Order: sequence, then structure tokens, then C-alpha cells
Amino acid sequence: MDKIWLIIKREYSVRVRKKSFIIMTLVTPLLFGMLIFAPGYLDSISSDLDQEVKNIAIVEENIFFSNKLMNSEIINFTQVPKSETELIKNNFSESSYYAIIEIENDEQINIISKKQINKSTLDQIENQIYKIKEYQNFNEANIDVKLLNSLSPNLSFNYITIDEKGGETNSNYAVKSVLSFVFGFLIYIFIFMYGSMVMRGVIEEKSNRIVEVIISSVKPFQLLIGKIIGVAMVGFTQFILWILLSIVVANIAEMAFIENNQIGLLDNISMMVKSINISLLFLSFIFYFMGGYLLYSSFFACIGAAVDNESDVQQMILPITIPLILSLSMMESILNNPDGVLAFWMSIFPLSSPIVMMARLPFGGVEGWEIILSITILIISFLFTTWISSRIYRIGILMYGKKATFKELIKWINYKS
Amino acid sequence: MESDNILTARNIIKQYEDHLALNDVSISIPKGCIYGLLGPNGAGKSTLMKIINQITAPDSGEIFLGGEKLQKKHISKIGYLPEERGLYKKMKVGEQSLYLAQLKGMSKYEANKKLKYWFEKLNIHEWWNKKVEELSKGMAQKVQFAVTVIHKPDLLIFDEPFSGFDPVNTSLIRNEILELKKSGTSIIFSTHRMESVEEVCDEITLINNGKSILQGNINYIKNKYRNNSFEIECTNENLKLERFDILDKNKNRYLVKIPEKSSSKELIKQILKSSEIVSFKEKIPSMEDIFINTVQNG
Repeated sequence: MDKIWLIIKREYSVRVRKKSFIIMTLVTPLLFGMLIFAPGYLDSISSDLDQEVKNIAIVEENIFFSNKLMNSEIINFTQVPKSETELIKNNFSESSYYAIIEIENDEQINIISKKQINKSTLDQIENQIYKIKEYQNFNEANIDVKLLNSLSPNLSFNYITIDEKGGETNSNYAVKSVLSFVFGFLIYIFIFMYGSMVMRGVIEEKSNRIVEVIISSVKPFQLLIGKIIGVAMVGFTQFILWILLSIVVANIAEMAFIENNQIGLLDNISMMVKSINISLLFLSFIFYFMGGYLLYSSFFACIGAAVDNESDVQQMILPITIPLILSLSMMESILNNPDGVLAFWMSIFPLSSPIVMMARLPFGGVEGWEIILSITILIISFLFTTWISSRIYRIGILMYGKKATFKELIKWINYKS
Repeated sequence: MESDNILTARNIIKQYEDHLALNDVSISIPKGCIYGLLGPNGAGKSTLMKIINQITAPDSGEIFLGGEKLQKKHISKIGYLPEERGLYKKMKVGEQSLYLAQLKGMSKYEANKKLKYWFEKLNIHEWWNKKVEELSKGMAQKVQFAVTVIHKPDLLIFDEPFSGFDPVNTSLIRNEILELKKSGTSIIFSTHRMESVEEVCDEITLINNGKSILQGNINYIKNKYRNNSFEIECTNENLKLERFDILDKNKNRYLVKIPEKSSSKELIKQILKSSEIVSFKEKIPSMEDIFINTVQNG
């Protein structure tokens, strides 16, 4: 036990002192913050820039549309004779026009510009032309447009789910699916990240040839377990730091955006967080992250032990990535029906449960026994895979010179030690 | 009987998938001696060393360390320097040595004290805070040597300890090995360099194709392999001899075999008839000759 502790300490301390760890830990929350706030911020900047009025030339034989198009704060329509269009087209940058609308007939309208027209301008133009044409069509069919407008229903939908205690919570499907997807995706990334950290550690020891020195002092199983737990603690540390830093970043961002009226998003987040059992989600996340990591990292360690260098890894890693990728690619179907048969079984099956269960949980429809079953199976599975892996590992780390095949790996399980 | 030996291995058999690595090998290593484990590449030496270190287990056979059946707890009594040895490249030398020493069961305080002593002795103390990747191969080898002997094991196992060392450091390490022997440590020593075997080993086992084919005290073996041939240097370049075979000749130097019914006295008499003798000495086979001979004939 002392020796496992020594190994854990080394695996942990070497990794958390690495520059790459420190940089990743600091930069990731900033990147996430940027991902969340940058679109809103950029949008507010670009809408400021869009304030200048754009001149749009209209070319039309009969002036049906031209009369009806309304200038707005940002668009100024000018009718232009057809003869001038060639001139403008050839010399867009020097002309005062931003775009030309060529109305060939009732069905064909060309919008010509040198640069990509920004979306809000385009929306306005298309919307106006569409409305004008629609109005004309209704008139021709003798439909009273005013009556029609007054008949269109004015409804608002309110989504409410009832929790076990009978209380009502505001339920927003879109927000929940985003949360689901984020959780599932994070588990996927974490399993990969820390699993391959274990694998690289094994390959390093094997290709450095230090493993024989260590194996003459400790059992291979102790080395394997020490490494897996050490890296798990690295992951845990990183995760906690990320959460703390994210809270800091979010607070700073909130202060920065409060004037720009961008806090709608934050309000949304905090509202949705309140509508969901956040402590359950958080605990489940930690558990499924750890469970999934423990299950997969012993596979990753096996692969590290089976190859001679990192370039051989690709081919062997495929089988263990398939269930992970499959879980992620099934995400859409699972979000469509979070309590369906597919979602249920995938959240019980240990190789996919960490991702799929995390995706199901935000919707709140998972029964207690399902969670307990899924957790139990996950724990039993990782105990089993760690045992299998340690048997492959103890042989693999001392095999040099060739890449083992899967057939050989299975044989190694039965070798006497 | 067994307690006079630090290590006894009886009838060790180890079968790998496609070949028999050790075929019924038995060795007894007396306390306080340097025991040479010789043999061509792939003969099974490293497998035997791995078995003694409990890195791998034999299919059958028994091993005793100091009279007790070999068990996991004996790990701290054995120091092993494998042939393929390495260190963590990104770790600092001192930190890493402390880690490896602690894995052998030493306390941090004790490990620190002993490491400082050995680092001074091997003249590597100023590398304590350097990363291993900054060291040359020879420097790293010295660190590995220090880490191997640090816990004062009863039995040390060196697999090709001199590979990668320049002559100065080779002699430094050789002297350390001899000093360890003086202080009572038993040593198993595997190498291809036959001259170092003659210099340091007391007893040897020669393994070929997984079998032990020659075993015993080194002087006894060398005696056994004497074939009664003599190296002669004389003034005559065309020496003619009756009843004696000239095995080899190079100008005025001859290698002559004396038949059983004759003696060196008679040989000298004959030579003196046609020449003066500059030197006359029995050819004692070197370990290299014995090695090559035995392996080829075996």
C-alpha cells in the first residue's frame, strides 16, 4: 500500500507541475468563457458597425416593387435605370452603392454585391419583397389581408414538468438539451484526455526501459493502479480548478457585459440551473467521469503495454473508441427521446453509460433505480476490466520488439505470473 | 548447506511460446562471491535474472534466497541493474533516485542520506538537480548504479554493468563492485566481456540454449581446459621438432602441443639443439577461448 501511495504521488506531482497542465488549466476556462460570450459580444460590435446607412440600387422595368420598398435606419433604396447597372457592377467600390437588386420578373430577383451582404440587411430586403408580393397575391385572390392578420393566433407555450414531490418547474427543452449535450461531450473529452494520459505514461515507462527497474521493486498491478489513481487525481484537480476559474470568469464577464445588456444569457443559465437538481447533476457528473475514466483508462493502459511506441497506437485504439464515439453520435436520438428504450439501455451498458446517463439526467426523467443499476454495473465492470487489464499489462510491459495482436493480448490474460 | 549459499536455484524450467528459455538449470551461488553468468545472446541469462528478481515466474523449479524459499518480501534484499535500463527523462535526478530508493522500502530520510553518499562517491553529486534528459548515457548509468546498490542488498544482480562506460568509469565501477564484494555482498554478474569475467568473477555458469553447460570455480575451469600446449619464442625461424606438433607459428614464435607420453623437459632439449630459447610458457586458455570452444562444441 505504501508503494502504491508513492507511485500515486509521483504520477500526480510530475503531471501537475508540467507546463502543459498549468497552461491547459488556466486557458480552458477563458476559452469556454470566450465561446459563450464572444458571439454576443461580436454581434453587438458588428451591429454598431452596421449603423451606417447602406445605399441599395433597384433596377426594375415597371416600378412595382420600387415604390413599395421602405427605407429604414440602415437601408436606403434608390431606383436606378437599367443602363447604369453595368457601370456600378464594374466599379462597385467607387460607387456609393452597397448592393443592386435586379427585379427581372415576379419570380426572379437577383441581389448583386461585391462583398457578402450582412445578414440583417439581407433579412430586411428579403422580408420586404416577400411581404409586398404576398400582399399582392392575397389581393388578387380577393382575400382581405387585414382580416387575415387579425385571425392569426397569438399563443405562448409554457413547458412545465412535475417533479417527484409534485412541485412544478419551468422546463425548457432547448436549454436542457444543450446542458445534456455539454455533459455528454465533456465526459467524452475527459475520458479521452486522461485515458490517453495513462497510456502515454505506460508507453513512456516501457520505451524508457525504466519499467524493469520498477517492476523489480513493485508488482505490476501496484504500478498500474498507482498510475491510474494518480492520473485520476490530476483530472480531479484540473476539474475543480476549472470550475473555480469558470466562476471567476463568469463573474468578470457578467460585470463587463452588464452595460451592454448581454446578461440575458447568464440569466438564462442561472434560471435553467435552478430548474434542475444541480447538486445531483454535479455529483453524477463527478461519479460518471470517474467511473468512465477508471473503466476506459485500464484499456488505455493495456494498449500502452501492448505497443512499443506511440506511433503504433492508432490501430489498437480504435476498438475502445468505438463505444465512446457511438455514444456521442447517438446523442441526437437520445435527446429526442431521453427516456426511450435506446437511451435506457445505453445508460445501463457500462461502456456507454457515463456519456449517455449524463445526457439523460438533465431532463429529469431518470428513475432512482436506473441510476443505481447503472452505477452498480459500472463499478462491477471497471473492477473486472482493471483485473483483465492488469493481467495483460504485466506481460506487455516486458515485451519488446513487436506490436502485440489482439489474439496475443487475450492469451496473456491466461498466463501464469 | 543451503545457508552457505546466498542463492540456490534448482531445476529451473521456463518455456516461452516458441522456445525453451531455460531447460533444467540449477545454480548455487556461495555467499560473498562474484558469480559470472555467461552465455551467448539469447542463451537465457536475462530470463534467469528476471526469475530471480520475481519479474517473471519459472514454469517449474525452486529458488531459495539465504535458505528461504524466494518470496515477494525478498525484493528489498536484491538489487537489480537490468541490461535494458532507463530513467524518467523529464524528472530530476535527485527526485527520481529518491523515488526509486523509496520504492525499495527505504525511508525518505535514509534514502536521501545514502544517495548523497553514493553520489559523492561516484562523482555525480552536482547532477542532483538536473533533469535526466540532460545527462549523457554514461552519467545516467552511474545514477542507475547508485540506485541499484543504495539499499545495501544481500544480493546484487548486474546485467552488463559496464556497457556504455568509458575506460575510466569502467574501472571506477569495477572497483566499486569489488569493494561491495569485500563488504560481504554477493554479486551475480552477467557480461559478454570475458576479460572482465577473469578480473572479477570467482565462479561462473555458462549457459547456452537454455542449458547450463559449464559450471564451477574459474581457476578450476581454466585448469581443466589446459591442453598441455606451450608458447615458445626462440631464435630459430625454421624450427624442426620430432614427436611434437607445432599447432601455430608466427616467425620465431611457436605454439607446441606436448603429447601425453612426453614432457616439457624433452621439448626444451629438442629446441636447444637448433636454437636459443627467448621465452617458454604454458598456454593457459582464456575465458574467451573456453567460452567460444564450449559454445561451438556444445
